[in-house]
Amino acid sequence: MSAPAVLVPPAPVVRRRKFLADWSRSGKLGLAVLAILVFVALFAPWLQSHDLGEMSAAGVFQPMSAEHWLGTDYLGRDMLTRIIAGAPYTLGVAFAATVLACGFGAMLGLLASVSGGWLDAVLSRTLDTVVSIPSKLLALVIIAGFGSSTALLVATAAIVYTPGCYRIIRSLGVNINAMDYVVVARARGEKRSYIMRREILPNIWGPLLADMGLRFVYALRLLASLSFLGLGVQPPMADWGSLVRENLGALPTGGVSVVAPALAIAVLTIAVNLVIDNLPNARFDGERQ
Amino acid sequence: MTGATVIVDNLRVVARAGHGGETPIVKDVSFRIEPGEVLALIGESGSGKTTIALSLLGYARHGCRIAGGTIRIGETDVLSLTEAERRQLRGRRVAYIAQSAAASFNPSRTVMDQVVETARIHSLMPREEAERKAVALFRELALPSPDTIGQRYPHQVSGGQLQRLMAAMALMSDPDLVILDEPTTALDVTTQIEVLHAFRRVVREHKTTAVYVTHDLAVVAQMADRILVLRDGAQREIGATPQIIGAPQDEYTRSLIAAATPRARPADTAPKGETPLLEIRQLVAGYGAIGKNGRPAAPVLDDVSLRLSRGQAVGVIGESGSGKTTLARVVAGLVAPAAGQVLFDGRPLPALVAQRTREELRRIQIVFQMADTALNPAHTVGDILARPLQLYRGLKSDAQQRRILQLLDLVQLPASCATRLPAGLSGGQKQRVNLARALAAEPDLILCDEVTSALDTVVGAAILDLLAQLRRELGVSYMFISHDLNTVRAVCDDIVVLYAGQKVEALGRDAFARAARHPYFHMLATSVPELRPGWLDEVGAAQRAELPLVATPAPSQRAGLCSFLDRCPLRVAGVCDTQTPPRRELEGGVEVFCHRSGTDLVALQKTPRAEEPAPV
Repeated sequence: MSAPAVLVPPAPVVRRRKFLADWSRSGKLGLAVLAILVFVALFAPWLQSHDLGEMSAAGVFQPMSAEHWLGTDYLGRDMLTRIIAGAPYTLGVAFAATVLACGFGAMLGLLASVSGGWLDAVLSRTLDTVVSIPSKLLALVIIAGFGSSTALLVATAAIVYTPGCYRIIRSLGVNINAMDYVVVARARGEKRSYIMRREILPNIWGPLLADMGLRFVYALRLLASLSFLGLGVQPPMADWGSLVRENLGALPTGGVSVVAPALAIAVLTIAVNLVIDNLPNARFDGERQ
Repeated sequence: MTGATVIVDNLRVVARAGHGGETPIVKDVSFRIEPGEVLALIGESGSGKTTIALSLLGYARHGCRIAGGTIRIGETDVLSLTEAERRQLRGRRVAYIAQSAAASFNPSRTVMDQVVETARIHSLMPREEAERKAVALFRELALPSPDTIGQRYPHQVSGGQLQRLMAAMALMSDPDLVILDEPTTALDVTTQIEVLHAFRRVVREHKTTAVYVTHDLAVVAQMADRILVLRDGAQREIGATPQIIGAPQDEYTRSLIAAATPRARPADTAPKGETPLLEIRQLVAGYGAIGKNGRPAAPVLDDVSLRLSRGQAVGVIGESGSGKTTLARVVAGLVAPAAGQVLFDGRPLPALVAQRTREELRRIQIVFQMADTALNPAHTVGDILARPLQLYRGLKSDAQQRRILQLLDLVQLPASCATRLPAGLSGGQKQRVNLARALAAEPDLILCDEVTSALDTVVGAAILDLLAQLRRELGVSYMFISHDLNTVRAVCDDIVVLYAGQKVEALGRDAFARAARHPYFHMLATSVPELRPGWLDEVGAAQRAELPLVATPAPSQRAGLCSFLDRCPLRVAGVCDTQTPPRRELEGGVEVFCHRSGTDLVALQKTPRAEEPAPV
């Protein structure tokens, strides 16, 4: 053609949008609930209406009342205060474990997908071995061996959930690694770390975030069940799992003190799921689907 | 069969757009097809040609809706039918032949099961009768061993055969209308011509009423009685084939024809310097472990040599499986050669990227076919161009920005592109960005791997112009890899022909018309459809020539033998099947890898084209 055939498509595609504009209604609900729970966890010491150890004159396993919004526990302590005080442990330990698991998993997954060959084989088989051990059993063994501490709980959950994240990131990475733009980068002489960080990672943020949410929920449940077994967060600290266990005695009478912490766990789980199910489409087409 | 009159009146199809709106993708298209007539729908991607073809089945793709107009096939008003009635229509009265036969056959059932399926679904005839009819169709379509091919599974027949089997499937019900949607686009040209011949014969004999959808004008010129030219869903011109090809009225049709007409784009750059920029010597490359004989388990390139002078362009032409892409990858350092040498500017080039210096990497850049997958969707065009500038030239901030704008200007893109993501660009624009990224390194050699194959003809022609211009202005050299002979002739000074990993011929562009041709190159050159009605009949006038009988050596004994042995009309028993052919310089600077003398090879061009034999 004699004339340069340059067609100018409309409007630039990169544009800043308001953060919330991309979220669906149920996504916004999840975000709101999650934001409240995170706020509670961050500012727990300032939100407690009662002294943590104060035993109510009203007695144990009291129902909901104006004085004790969520009743009292097996020692007559204010249940709402206990739940608020437990939030930092519940959310914090699960969050730390998730960040570690997904950080390691993603890093190793990217490394394996870019490297291929023996490194991929060794990493994949090693992490498969970890998966083959039942997670709760593994946690029990570690805690039995080293005793329970917050750091150990975080480490345990991180070990348990690293392989899952690794699997997902590796399989996404292997697909992207075969794309021509990665081949071009290789031919340009880019290092492995550049390809992992700049060529592949930006294209898997969406699935990685969704996976983090999922792992968080898993970690939350693992830690709650360990606490329920008395192996998790140790007294005098208590996370929501421990609160359920402590107040099991209220179950026959239908006391609110056992239901409330269980409900708190459920609300957190559902909120996180709503958020990850409704993550805005992270594709780079500038248009919502 | 005579078929029925097809009348399409003011057809409108809309697609769901964002925010609840609808965008028209077919705008008031009207045409009429007489019984026994073949109408071609021609247009570039997005012209609505497939959408129109599908609406003849009463079907709209997901997200689309037939919004208005009427379609009549014989007495039937297609759009007023219920979904159940449309199912009765499809496959029985209107049949569809898709582009990818491989994707349309179920790999777990035999070919025959699937060919007679139409008859079974519509209860047209008993199974035995259907099978007899299928075998008759196989014979008409010139399929090899028509009596038994039906027992094979789809992966046991070739792509061209599968395409013909799909035609048999479509013709089982003697449909009133057959829709052929780019049925040969995915095939190699030497296969395409066989399939075109078969389709052409069957369409003529059955007097089939057909709609032929394609972007390829040269193919349409052979197949269609009339042509409807479409652009952006609107009808531009409709007319008899000779009129559209020979005397187009519409401006757009003229531009389509101009782009499809082969045109040389000489850069008029004399070779500079004594040392060739790139020299490949006896290269052997492939995949898998390298055996004792120095050959890889799966060899892809076998003893390939070529020279490229500074400022020149060498074209590497070959069909799928010829090893042309592997050749580019070896030069780029992505695949290690098993034997042989690659010299760049007189010095041996280390095998792999990791062993090369940054300077060596900078001087050779690669541009890929699929602009879509060659640009990272997460990076803006500016980021994409910035990286090589920073890596090779150490350019930062302002200097980098200035250079990015220069590069965009060089490839004729507006500066505003810098902030866009690849998804916001058209196919041709993406390919320009791809080129700009290669140019950012200020390379001496650009490896172009099928850079125009995924583009529409008009856009591809513009890219070829740009390549020629860049060569004149920057003195860059190209190794231009393509399956398309016209494209290679348009840009390249020298042409290297690969067949199944062997270099069978090398020649200069000027020698193209008169030089002796290797039998494969001859077959390739005569298979490229020409843009004039009647071409297919001329080349098809030749009788199916019997190939001389030769031994069929086992794969393990094939090393060194001519790779074209199985299809060669000039093969000689006792020579071609036992000895390595000589590599001979013939007159005109042509190099041919063949036992036959130059005189024999020139004589081949005088005889009518011999068709590919039916493999047994």
